[in-house]
Amino acid sequence: MIINVARKELKSLFASPMGWIILSILMFGFGTLYLQGVNSYFEVMSGAIRPAERVGVTIFVGSKIYSTALFLLSVTTPMLTMRLISEERKSQTMPFLLSAPISLSEIVIGKFLGLVIFLSILVIYIFAMLSTLNIWADIDFGYLIGNSFGFILLIASFTALGIFFSSLTNQPIIAAITTFIALVSMVGLGSYFASDPSHWFNYISMTKHYQSFTRGVFDSADIVYYLLFIVTFLTLTVRRLDSDRLRG
Amino acid sequence: MSDTTFENTIEASNLTKNFGKNIAVNDVSFQLKKGEVLGFLGPNGAGKSTTMRMLTGNLAPTNGDVKICGIDIISEPKKAKALIGYLPEMRPLYKELTVNEYLIIAARFHKVPSSKIKKALEEAKDRCGLSHMSKRLIENLSNGYQQRVGIAQAIIHNPEIVILDEPTVGLDPIQIREIRKLIRDIGRQHSVIISTHILPEVEMVCDRVQIIDNGQLVFHGSIEDLKAQRRGNKLLVGFSKAPAITKLKKIKGVDMVEKVENNMFRFHFKDKYLPAEEIVNLSVKEGWGLYHINMDITSLEETFVNLTQTS
Repeated sequence: MIINVARKELKSLFASPMGWIILSILMFGFGTLYLQGVNSYFEVMSGAIRPAERVGVTIFVGSKIYSTALFLLSVTTPMLTMRLISEERKSQTMPFLLSAPISLSEIVIGKFLGLVIFLSILVIYIFAMLSTLNIWADIDFGYLIGNSFGFILLIASFTALGIFFSSLTNQPIIAAITTFIALVSMVGLGSYFASDPSHWFNYISMTKHYQSFTRGVFDSADIVYYLLFIVTFLTLTVRRLDSDRLRG
Repeated sequence: MSDTTFENTIEASNLTKNFGKNIAVNDVSFQLKKGEVLGFLGPNGAGKSTTMRMLTGNLAPTNGDVKICGIDIISEPKKAKALIGYLPEMRPLYKELTVNEYLIIAARFHKVPSSKIKKALEEAKDRCGLSHMSKRLIENLSNGYQQRVGIAQAIIHNPEIVILDEPTVGLDPIQIREIRKLIRDIGRQHSVIISTHILPEVEMVCDRVQIIDNGQLVFHGSIEDLKAQRRGNKLLVGFSKAPAITKLKKIKGVDMVEKVENNMFRFHFKDKYLPAEEIVNLSVKEGWGLYHINMDITSLEETFVNLTQTS
């Protein structure tokens, strides 16, 4: 059943222009970064830089792309997550899901997975794009896999937060704005406190926990952090829908 | 779909729903028998839609319970919901999808096995007259066709019970006739509940009627009962040369005569004592110039108003 809800969500995403537009804008952005990275690699690395500080092409191009992804995602995911529940409420299609023999958690997880799968297209695309460097160079696939994994977790937690804000209102625009504010302030505060590694905020900062992935490191603490984040917001969303059913 | 040991497909007992201090539905109990079409009648805001939302598990009742073919919808929602097809007042259509895409999703959600989806899809489209619209976007369909898609969505999994909330609202007269025919058609195979505030519709489509007002059930009975209430032992008679009312009152079986307009009179008569023949004979004998005699059945609205205002 979860799969069926996810399939429905994907179908809707591909049937509306919004999904395509956002996907193409993101891909254009990442493509441009990639091109710039490749172009400037030789300029930067061949010149003044000391040999000890030189980095491989994977990290040079990859870090540019993956660190920008954090910012680009926080701008674009709200536009997709707002649809998930707010829009269904607004267009009165919620009863279609609620009167089918599907539980609330299946609905929420299905919708969540649908959007995560949709956005994972980006991860695959970026992975494929960076892999083409392998034709000329010997690239570090471990670095790519680590980053891709972190990227997916990031997408999932942004989506979980977005679906929660989407469940709070009947107005998709309000859902988008509140999600946007929440994400940007999280990312912003994260990078602000990143300069002070001993600060307590780093324990709950999303950016901080993302950083180890960008170095290609799998830290179980980071993975647990993201999983907890996702589970928390999905649970809150289910609770919120359940209270709708109880109170009307 | 399920076993047929249940006589009542829906058993609602003491359903109550409060929205804060406002009581939307107050202690409503009723049954839906297998293979009947039940009409839910009531003015706007009477609690029809709220009741339907509770029957379909969209809303939890404050009090009371609902059993679908013996399965409690609150404790076993998945099992119970699988037996219901529901079309809310606002059609839950994903307008960016085509008719086929949408109905396939509906079939999957209602656990139609994937091997049977194609057949179920063709059947539902066929019954709702949608076969030539398969590849059209729902957005581009007319109001009437969108309503049919809504109904198709509710019957695609061949449920025991079909619940339609105001299925003919906003349609043109031809579409209304077609939808009514479709509902009668569905009623042959499923138990159906429809809600409406269009009175003649109930008589045309339903076997049994329930009138709800201010959240309470004020009338509950077969369509014959309603018709009897509606007919109400009244004759409307017109004379071109009308005699004095006192003369008319003396006719055997007549309880009361009231003047309606210039030469029209309303005769109230005793139960099972239709004075029509007497009136005709007397009129011929006395030369009153009878030009109109008919049962006074304009009063369906009145019946309705009476029922909903006395409560």
